[in-house]
Amino acid sequence: MIGYIPVYKKLIPVTLVLSLLLFVSMLLGLTIGSSGGTGAAWKLLLGLGEPDATLEVIVWQLRWPRVLLAATVGASLSLGGLVFQALLRNPLAEPYILGVSGGSAVGAILGILAGFSLFPGLTLSSFVGSLVVLLLVLLLNKSKEGNSDSLLLGGVMVNAFCGAIIMFLISVSKTAQMQKIIFWLMGDLSSAGADSLPLLLGVLPCFLLIFLLAQPLNLLLTGRESASAMGVNVAAIMLVLLLTASLMVSLTVCHSGLIGFVGLTIPHILRLLLGSDHRILIPACILTGASYLILCDLLSRSLPSQGEMSVGIVTALIGAPLFIGLLWRGRR
Amino acid sequence: MSLIEIRGVSLQYDSLPVIKNVSVEVEQGEFFVIIGPNGAGKTTLLKALAGLHPLFAGEIQIRQRLIGDYSRKELARTLALVPQQINADFPFTVVETVLMGRYPHLGLLAVEGKKDLQLAEQAMEFTEIAHLAGRRLGQLSGGERQRVIIARAVCQQSKILLLDEPTASLDPAHQLRIMDLMERLRHREEITIIMVSHDLNLASTYADRLLLLKDGAVEKIGTPRQVLTRELLSQSYGCTLLVDENPLLGTPRVSLVSEKVASTISNEQGHL
Repeated sequence: MIGYIPVYKKLIPVTLVLSLLLFVSMLLGLTIGSSGGTGAAWKLLLGLGEPDATLEVIVWQLRWPRVLLAATVGASLSLGGLVFQALLRNPLAEPYILGVSGGSAVGAILGILAGFSLFPGLTLSSFVGSLVVLLLVLLLNKSKEGNSDSLLLGGVMVNAFCGAIIMFLISVSKTAQMQKIIFWLMGDLSSAGADSLPLLLGVLPCFLLIFLLAQPLNLLLTGRESASAMGVNVAAIMLVLLLTASLMVSLTVCHSGLIGFVGLTIPHILRLLLGSDHRILIPACILTGASYLILCDLLSRSLPSQGEMSVGIVTALIGAPLFIGLLWRGRR
Repeated sequence: MSLIEIRGVSLQYDSLPVIKNVSVEVEQGEFFVIIGPNGAGKTTLLKALAGLHPLFAGEIQIRQRLIGDYSRKELARTLALVPQQINADFPFTVVETVLMGRYPHLGLLAVEGKKDLQLAEQAMEFTEIAHLAGRRLGQLSGGERQRVIIARAVCQQSKILLLDEPTASLDPAHQLRIMDLMERLRHREEITIIMVSHDLNLASTYADRLLLLKDGAVEKIGTPRQVLTRELLSQSYGCTLLVDENPLLGTPRVSLVSEKVASTISNEQGHL
């Protein structure tokens, strides 16, 4: 038939190509860095040359956890963006722009102040924070159905408010374990370590669940009543998707702070390339989002002449102009 | 036993009564049209039939089974809704949209097989949109988009079709195309059609029976000849309407009469 390739015939090549992209990004993330030559790192990975204990520690104990964290956070944020865009039927929705990330950061900081451990206490308080914001966003969306500006404006304000609360809480607290303000406001992957593992275990089932709901999500995009009339249990599916996406986002915020615009950039590019079918978009978003944040993190590690900068700076430098461009195009 | 039985149904919208104690039965293979002034509750009644609006009182049975007892997917296999519009913000292609009609027939992952593709192809040929298969919804005209929504419903293979003003905002040629499509569906697939419409002449030409709603209550149920009378229509719609006979078909023909003309004529003749 003209213009149609069955889903399974499209899914397999797309997944293969994007997996390859992820693999290459991971290799680059492992081999490029401020210390140790890139060539030596390649040799280490390939098992050639003299064993170098220092480099081995750098590659496997410093870079590898960081690459894994970047991949998980990138995948979660871009998938979160995709889900929010679909559920709110607004192509500009994204966890950071909506303020959902900010809400979970406030939740996480309150959790730290209350002396919670990373898991499950901190994760839960961060999840509650994201849900509070999400509820607010949904109420705002309900009262002004179809008005995307009010949704975005509300998100911007929630974000500013959350930012202020974060700075306030960190400024007045005397807790030594609190990370620096910039970690929470711009996002940063330097905390990667062994305790990032629960994050991976937490988000993988979320990925699977969202993938299983891909076709109902497609139907939802044509309208709630229309989806319902075609056999979709709209209320249940929306609830599950919103909870899952928020959980995913809050899990990542606990480990990486606020990294913005990933959930806008990746779904948007993929929609242009692959169309609107979420059965393709969901796996594509996971793989590409993971590659994207590994590469952004690589830039944030290697661009500054001294030390490193927050990865959130890189994602915002790329994502914010794209957002403005989309807004501009939508206006015309 | 009738295919669809609506018994004493009342519906509310934000705790305001919209439909009051409506009872009506629709037979298998019937072309049934719901008419009435704006705000009479036509669309709400249609949505309740599709299981999209909670019943405040009464019951609706399809094939002698309460609609509340159907699962969402079962109900979607039994009846298909053709809304006035579907959201086109997300750029699905025509064929992707039509294939969505297969959802109630598919399993968990909802991956379509060869048979589903064939059905979509047939539905698109039937509605004359096969040449648009790869186009995005946003690029289509109103009439084309309406046919895509109908193709999706055809692809759903339900034996009952619920349409909400499918010809609104279409030019006469496209209106005819949609209505003839309905006729063919009814004869070829033995589909029962329930349609909400503002177009009294289309209703008169195509409907077996009409339901005239006013303020949420049944004003009259019957054949076009029984329902489309000057008294009943003028009283329900609150304006003067001229009803005569379509010279070609012999069906009632409804014409609008401006207030000025109506008063002049009634002064001269004492009646219209």
